[in-house]
Amino acid sequence: MSERANPVERYLRSDRIPHIWCPGCGIGTTVNCFTRAIDESGIPMDRLAVVSGIGCTGRVAGYMHVDSFHTTHGRAIPFATGLKLAAPGMKVVVYSGDGDLFAIGGNHFIHAARRNLDMTVVCVNNLTYGMTGGQLTPTTPEEAIASTSPYGNFEQPFNLPYLAESCGAVYVARWTTYHVTHLKKAMREALLKKGFSFVEVISPCPTLYGRRNRIGDGLDEVKTYKQRSVIRNGAPTSEVSLGMTGPIVVGKFVDRERPTYQDAMDQFYARKLGDRYARASQ
Amino acid sequence: MHADPAGVLTGAHFLDGDHAACEGALAAECRFVAGYPITPSTEVVERIAQRFPLVGGVFIQMEDELASSIAIAGAVWGGKRAMTVTSGPGFSLMMEHVGFAVMTETPCVFINVQRGGPSTGLPTLPAQADMMQARWGSHGDYEIIALSPNSPQECFDLTFKAFNLAEQYRVPVLVMMDECVGHMMERVVIPRAEELEIYPRRWTKAAPGEYLPFAPGEDLVPAMARAGQGYRFHMTGLTHNERGYPDMSVAAQARLVARLTDKIRKNADALQDVVEDGVDGADVVVVCYGITSRVALPAIEACRASGLKVGWLRLRTVWPFPERLIRDLASGLRAFVVPELNMGQIVREVERCAGAARVVGVPHAGGTVHDPAVIERAIREAVR
Amino acid sequence: MAQPTRRVRGVVVIHAERCKGCGLCVEFCPTDVLALSPAFTSKGYHPPEVVRGEACSGCDLCGMYCPDFAIYGYRL
Repeated sequence: MSERANPVERYLRSDRIPHIWCPGCGIGTTVNCFTRAIDESGIPMDRLAVVSGIGCTGRVAGYMHVDSFHTTHGRAIPFATGLKLAAPGMKVVVYSGDGDLFAIGGNHFIHAARRNLDMTVVCVNNLTYGMTGGQLTPTTPEEAIASTSPYGNFEQPFNLPYLAESCGAVYVARWTTYHVTHLKKAMREALLKKGFSFVEVISPCPTLYGRRNRIGDGLDEVKTYKQRSVIRNGAPTSEVSLGMTGPIVVGKFVDRERPTYQDAMDQFYARKLGDRYARASQ
Repeated sequence: MHADPAGVLTGAHFLDGDHAACEGALAAECRFVAGYPITPSTEVVERIAQRFPLVGGVFIQMEDELASSIAIAGAVWGGKRAMTVTSGPGFSLMMEHVGFAVMTETPCVFINVQRGGPSTGLPTLPAQADMMQARWGSHGDYEIIALSPNSPQECFDLTFKAFNLAEQYRVPVLVMMDECVGHMMERVVIPRAEELEIYPRRWTKAAPGEYLPFAPGEDLVPAMARAGQGYRFHMTGLTHNERGYPDMSVAAQARLVARLTDKIRKNADALQDVVEDGVDGADVVVVCYGITSRVALPAIEACRASGLKVGWLRLRTVWPFPERLIRDLASGLRAFVVPELNMGQIVREVERCAGAARVVGVPHAGGTVHDPAVIERAIREAVR
Repeated sequence: MAQPTRRVRGVVVIHAERCKGCGLCVEFCPTDVLALSPAFTSKGYHPPEVVRGEACSGCDLCGMYCPDFAIYGYRL
């Protein structure tokens, strides 16, 4: 019997592996889950686009063997907006980090969720800016040490599922890189969900977050996820804030229906303009 | 290839420049516009919002100019012709994505209806003070194409042309209007669709396995692939190789930046678009563009009436700057006069190419147009 | 190069040169098939090695965890 290939392999640009991520970094783990979720979703690779912003997670697009777009810092979502509206037959996935999506790109996230654009956003939340040297992000927990909060963070961070739900996302889940099978399932559900779906993945940055905050290496950080995580599907998102210690509430929090931007536009114009409405051709 | 008649509003109309630019985009088969309201450009997207649902276009009012200026790039890679429209501070916010479109060779159009600055400046009053920003506003080194209409008719014509140039060279093309031209109403004649020639997108003919997304053709421009067609290509704003993969080596940077600049520089003569009147044998040539080219005319006429030999050289394509033309003219005349609604931008380009000829700038901080008498005085003093 | 270690229920395949020695596969293998090898990769990391191959169920949790795409399992 011949050796079977790694299931991740056909989704990778193998000529670009090994990747740039540090030992123990969680981004690669999320990519494993993502590729297996694509497999299970039945979405053809030729109809899938991955759009990333800038940063460590921003490099995911470049490793994925699909139509892939490595855009500017914070602007993956508006790029994906244009792409999706121009090519509605594509499944568009934005894959980026917490700093990219929620600091510089925060405005785009809330508006894309409000519009219910038909796209999946995966946020690999490692609680820091990895590529630029471990600075504070909008998700860094209070008290955490970052290179720009050397005495600890005193800002209140975003609770991302709460933010996503309140802006209108139709699917919201959070898992950690410890929960690989749950994460794969959530990604599959998000890929198949019509509308704006959001999956947050808590993920280790051993080099710049774990070490600095005395958590240890990547493996140690994942072990803390195992110890601290509490699965609460359907938990009110207002109750899932993250701290340095205490529970990491994970689960599927939101799964609801709402017309997508495209459907709302088509239905609205068809009602207002009747036969005069010319739907955009693909 | 002729334009799709669905978007062409053939006939004679009474339009302001903003509305005419909208019609130019429609005629050029633009079917995606992302915009954010800002005076004095808003009328362009207001008309787009009204017209697009009737012709199969998608207009989205984005949350800001950063979003608008990259949503159009997404739409282009999804197969559409796309543009965004802005003014003043919005143009500043879009600069990163001008550079992104240059780097990723995304054919798209930016319209800037210029107003007075810096900062919030003069929201409803004219200026031509973004001309150097158009050339150099994004970081890094690059070449760009910028056009300057001087009438509503040219807002139509040059917006239409901008889309074709964007496709031909795979570069963002900037239509540098100004508040006067944008809000001025005049007769605009829109031709029949079969009289409008569309430069089609340069789709690759290579099979997916053989396609290199950034391997240039003979004219240094690579062929494009569209998302969803099985090419599984990668594009990035990082320095990249012909495969589109990041390659941050000195050699890759040298190769890529040289090609991105050369594909415009080597075509500077083909891109030259000027209107001349009385330039041959002139002692003085007035170099001008946009609304100022019209304000200069009475000054030129007054000088000619008193016997001066004054030429009128109007730049419709400002970038790339017509260096060779200015150098050739410089040897045969005494002076250039360069009136513009800024404190001296294009005049520096003229100085660079003027050789022994005198160069006299006629600066104006904006808010209104020049008094033609000021330009007339500058012309007379230039030959004294 | 990768060598399949065939046993009754499942197989784990290790691509040692991609490994960065994080140890996730060893820690989270539900049947304790793996241990970090004392050997070094060419980059100086300790890759995993199969120490209880007969226990492998082919569940591919190692493949799901491995951030470096250096290991995976499959059922026979």
